[in-house]
This record gives sequence, structure tokens and C-alpha cells, in this order.
Amino acid sequence: MFPVIRKAGGDSSLQSNDHAAAAGEVDIVYSSHFAERYVQLDSDTLIEAYRRMATVRAFEERVGADSVAGLIPGFVHLYAGAEASAVGVCMLLSNRDWIGSTHRGHGHCIAKGVAVPAMMLEIYGKAGGVCRGKGGSMHIADLDVGMLGANGIVGGTPPLAVGAALSAKTLRTGSVAVAFLGDGASNQGTTAEALNMAVVLKVPAIFVIENNGYGEFTGVRYHCGASDLSARAAAFGLPATKVDGTDFFAVYEAARVAIERARREQLPSVIETVVPRFYGHYTGDPQPYRSAEELAAIRLEDPITQFRGRVIEAGLIKRESLDRIDREVALLIEQAAVAAREAPSPDLSSLTTDVYVSY
Amino acid sequence: MPRKSMRAAINEAMRLEMRRDSTVILIGEDVAGGRGGTAEASDPPGGVLGVTKGLLSEFGPDRVIDTPITESAIMGAAAGAAITGLRPIAELMFVDFLGVCLDQIFNQAAKFRYMFGGKARAPLVIRAMTGAGFRAGAQHSQALHAIFTHIPGLKVVVPSNAYDAKGLLIQAIRDDDPVIFLEDKVLYDREEEVPDGAYTIPFAEARFVREGKDVTIVALGKMVHVATEVADRLARDGIGITVIDPRTTSPLDEDSILEAVKETGRLVVVDEGNPRCSLATDVAALVADLGFDHLKAPIKRVTPPHTPVPFAPALEDAYLPDAGRVEAAVRAVMAQQR
Repeated sequence: MFPVIRKAGGDSSLQSNDHAAAAGEVDIVYSSHFAERYVQLDSDTLIEAYRRMATVRAFEERVGADSVAGLIPGFVHLYAGAEASAVGVCMLLSNRDWIGSTHRGHGHCIAKGVAVPAMMLEIYGKAGGVCRGKGGSMHIADLDVGMLGANGIVGGTPPLAVGAALSAKTLRTGSVAVAFLGDGASNQGTTAEALNMAVVLKVPAIFVIENNGYGEFTGVRYHCGASDLSARAAAFGLPATKVDGTDFFAVYEAARVAIERARREQLPSVIETVVPRFYGHYTGDPQPYRSAEELAAIRLEDPITQFRGRVIEAGLIKRESLDRIDREVALLIEQAAVAAREAPSPDLSSLTTDVYVSY
Repeated sequence: MPRKSMRAAINEAMRLEMRRDSTVILIGEDVAGGRGGTAEASDPPGGVLGVTKGLLSEFGPDRVIDTPITESAIMGAAAGAAITGLRPIAELMFVDFLGVCLDQIFNQAAKFRYMFGGKARAPLVIRAMTGAGFRAGAQHSQALHAIFTHIPGLKVVVPSNAYDAKGLLIQAIRDDDPVIFLEDKVLYDREEEVPDGAYTIPFAEARFVREGKDVTIVALGKMVHVATEVADRLARDGIGITVIDPRTTSPLDEDSILEAVKETGRLVVVDEGNPRCSLATDVAALVADLGFDHLKAPIKRVTPPHTPVPFAPALEDAYLPDAGRVEAAVRAVMAQQR
């Protein structure tokens, strides 16, 4: 599916800057590399990972349906299909670590621990929302759990993550900062600037490029001039790993390596997770730019089905346990959606508050 | 009291605050004096005009951080650092470079608090050089305070003198909101009496530079000095002029302006910003709306034309409002009696 590139993006003899030591190695890693890895995770970790992925999926399907039904104001961009990417990374982070997200950010929020009911209220524009109804789907943030915000600007997040990593390094908190971005954002100047800045300042930042094949309606084959996103990122002088983003274990292992490098050495990395986008750019997008064959096949690469199959087959978790989680998640989402629909809108007096700390 | 240049006063403000608070960092192009060259400067310059000189040696490279020339990454890193525990002072060098990093300032830093329902604070200062008169051409000479002033979530400071610059910058660094601090490069060498210790000047408190009974002039930055020159000259002709320096355009001390117009009944606004949607139009609209009954004459605005800043010295001098144009505006409002 993708060309295997090793040591791309930098012949070390051509590097003469301070950062040459880390420069330019791309590891293209597929599931096979991690075939044995999952048996090393304990059942609590596996169950928690499954719960988070199932929660993202159920949340997105409910939000998608409610959006199409006209119950949710504004734009909604669904994360379904990429669950293993967000959860594979965030399982390794604590509340003291930071992530920044994208306009397709619900999955990152849930994976990082933002409360689902408060997220649902926010998406519905209600007073009890995690941002008091002032942010909406594209601006969900919860600094208490290290979530620096979904972001309505494509490419808005990478520089912010460099800043969070700079705080971690300067204040010696031991935290790391992760910027999630898409293949579309990988072309933005802010991403190039942030990758370079992270290398130059030597900060514990991790850039997770979720390559779902599309920037809005435009295919990566067209919009990206480079043949490989990770190779291009690696050319900035940091290690890049490319993984099958539907494989939780592959993402988890790549993230473990990158996070360890960030924590121990205060150095940045790139991970490209190749993921499917189950839905359109936004809910209601008829997707005329995708072939019937592609759409018919898209759910064959389902990260959750894959995860279930592997942990059940290996005898690590019983099918009944996973089914029970599915039921609990379904109830959580149903209650959150019903509560959000019935919840009060923000008081009009809040229109002019929260602009400044003081003014 | 010791006399200091505005450059020295700004340097001192940063130095005192960096001593006081270890979370204050300085980040920008060449703020440490340049890294990665073939020589290690024994006395690094500290920015192209030397404003941050000496801070590296006192605070070290972890707190005085030279960056690549990538303004989006500088502003974004500062914004991201500000919501995660630091108090960055980010230097944009020339304010004109706003053009390559505006998103990180106005869509990110300025909006965090509101978008996140009041649960974030971004204590960030963005310093930049502003203004014409340096023969630097259209991309290094603009006065863009109005652009920032328009954006909710930002505060905007434009000091006119060394004393104010120090007190306002310390206030800005201690402030919990993003503050744009615009330094007129033509004023860097101008000296005033400036105390050695730390002091703050609150935002939204205009300074009454002169007080007179006939005309109010509102002027910002180096235009304050043009206005004051006119006030002193016309005082000899018996025309009393109140000169108000708002010092901050967001928040704006509306009360002082309205109070002054109530006393004088005439208003001239002198602004180095281009005229459309400018501080001049904003102040004129404020007074027309809330102080109309006090006006004895139409409000006059003195601004550059709606053009980029020209390079040729003769053209640049003609571009900037000067004492002649301000005096003409004052005499025009004095000639009318409603």
C-alpha cells in the first residue's frame, strides 16, 4: 500500500547542523512488526483501550445521526475510523501531558479523558458544556485533563504543541505535548515551522499525522507533493514512524517509543497513522469525490473489529466482557444525548463574559 | 531620578520581571543575539535594535530563546506556552510581520479564553516595533494598532515615552491576558526620567499630557509629541489645548476622552494608523455618539493617507501627520462655533 522507505529525508553526510544526530530516519512499521506486542499488555489496559475506542465510535455515530437530524447546530466532523490512532497514543499519556487536536477532534477529546456528557452538552451548544457552550464541536478543550483544544484552523495546533512542550521542558514537569494533525494540515506552513522549531529548541513534542487520505474533499494523492508524509516530516530532522492507524497495537508501540524519547531526552518525533475516514468531511457530505468501491470497502479496515478479534482470539479478554462494555457505552451515549437535547441554553448574560481575565 | 531611553526602560522592565518570576521567558528572532554563527559574540547584541541586550547573559538560553525566522511558530509556541504555565514575552520584531503569523495571535491566543468557556488564561506579551520615520519602507514601518484593537481577547498598548513604556510593560507581563505591546522605533533613543525599581501603570488610564480649555487632542505613540509641540506653540497664541495620550487602545479610557471633550467642546484625533477603521475613527465615533452635545465644532481627524508607507524620505515625511497639519486642524475647529 505504501512504499517502504528507510533512512529517507537525510543522508547524514549532508547534515551539518546541530540536530544531525536525530535527522531523517523513517521507520515504516506495519502490524506484523507488533504481532506479538499485544500479549504484553495487561487486561486492564486492553479493556480501557477498548472502552475508549468504543466510546469514540458510539459518540460519533450518535452525533452524526443527531447532526443529520438537525438537532445539533453548526458543523460536525466525525472521527470514526481513526479510533486506534487517538486511543493508541493517549493511553500512554496522563492528565499532566498535553494534546492539541483538529477540527475532527471528538476522538482525541474522549481518548484524553474529557467527560462525555460535558462534550455532548458542548456540541449541542448548552450551558453545561465543557466550554459552557461557547466553543462547540471544533473548540472542545479541557485543560484539567491536558486537552488544549480541538481547533477550527487546519494547521493551527502544531505550533501550540511546541509551546506546551516548551512549558514542560522549561518548568521541568516531565510532561510531553502531542499535536494531532491531518494529512491536510501536514501541508501547512505552521506545521513545517513547528516541526523545525521543535527540533531546534529540542522540546518533548510529538506530531501525530493522521493520514485519512483526504484534506476535506481533496485526496492526499493530489494535495501532497511528497510521496510520503512521514519521509517529508523526517526531513526536518526528527525520527518519523509510519504505522497502520487501524492497528491499536502498532500505534501504541510507535507512541511508546516517541513518548519515551520525549520524556527521557526532551526530543521530538513524528508518527504518521494511516487511517480510514468512515464518513465525509462533515456530516451530510455526499462525498461525490470518493468511489463507490472505496466507500463499500472503507469499513473493512475497522480498528475496533480488528482489536476485538485479536484480543478474543488470543484469549486475553472474553467476548462477553467486550459486549458488556458496548452496552455500557451505548447507555452512556444515549443518556448524554438525551440530557444534551433537553439541557438549557447558555444564559444570555454569558455572551460578554470570558473574553478577558480582566478588562 | 535617572534619565533613561525608552530602549533601556523596556529592557529594564523585562529584566526586573524575569528576576521576579521564573516563568517569564523571552522568545523571538535574535533576542539572545544570534546563535549558530561562526563566532560566539562576547557581548551579544540583543535584537536588531538592541532592546533585549544583556538578558541572555543574566537569564541564559533556556529563558532567552533565539528562534528561526518562523513567526507562526514563535507566536504559536508562545500562545501554547502561555496556556500551559509560562508567561512568554514573544518578540515579533517589526509589527509588519504580523502578516505571516496572524492566525496564531487572533484565532488562537486571543480566543482561547472565550472558546474554552473562561477556563483558560493566556498570559502572553507580544512585543513589536511599530511606526514610520525610519526610512524602512512599506513592510517595516506600519502602525497596525487598529488591527489588534479590533480583536476581542487582545489588549493593546502603545507607549509614547520611556516612563510609560516601563510601567506599562511590567503591567503587561503581569497581566493574565494576551497583550500586544507596540514600541515606536523612532522613540527608542528618547530619554525621560525613569525610576530604577519596578512600577506598574494600569491599562485604560489615559495620561493628560497638557491641559487647556479650548481643544482636546487625542494622540497615541509618537503622535503625542507632535500634539504636545502644537499645544505648547498655540498656548502662546492663547489657545488652550488638552492633550490626551490613551496609552492603551484596548481597553480604551473612554471616560477621560469624553470628560476632556466636555470641558473643551472641540476634538482633534491624531493617529499614525491609516484612516479607515482606525483609532481616529473609533475615538471620533465615540465622541459623536456619547459626547455630541458638548461639541462646538465638527471633529477633525489627522492621519496618514490611505496608502502604504513610502520609502523616499520626502514622501515618508509627507505621509506622517506633523505639527503643521495638527495645528491646521486645531485652528479649523477653533474657527467654528456651533
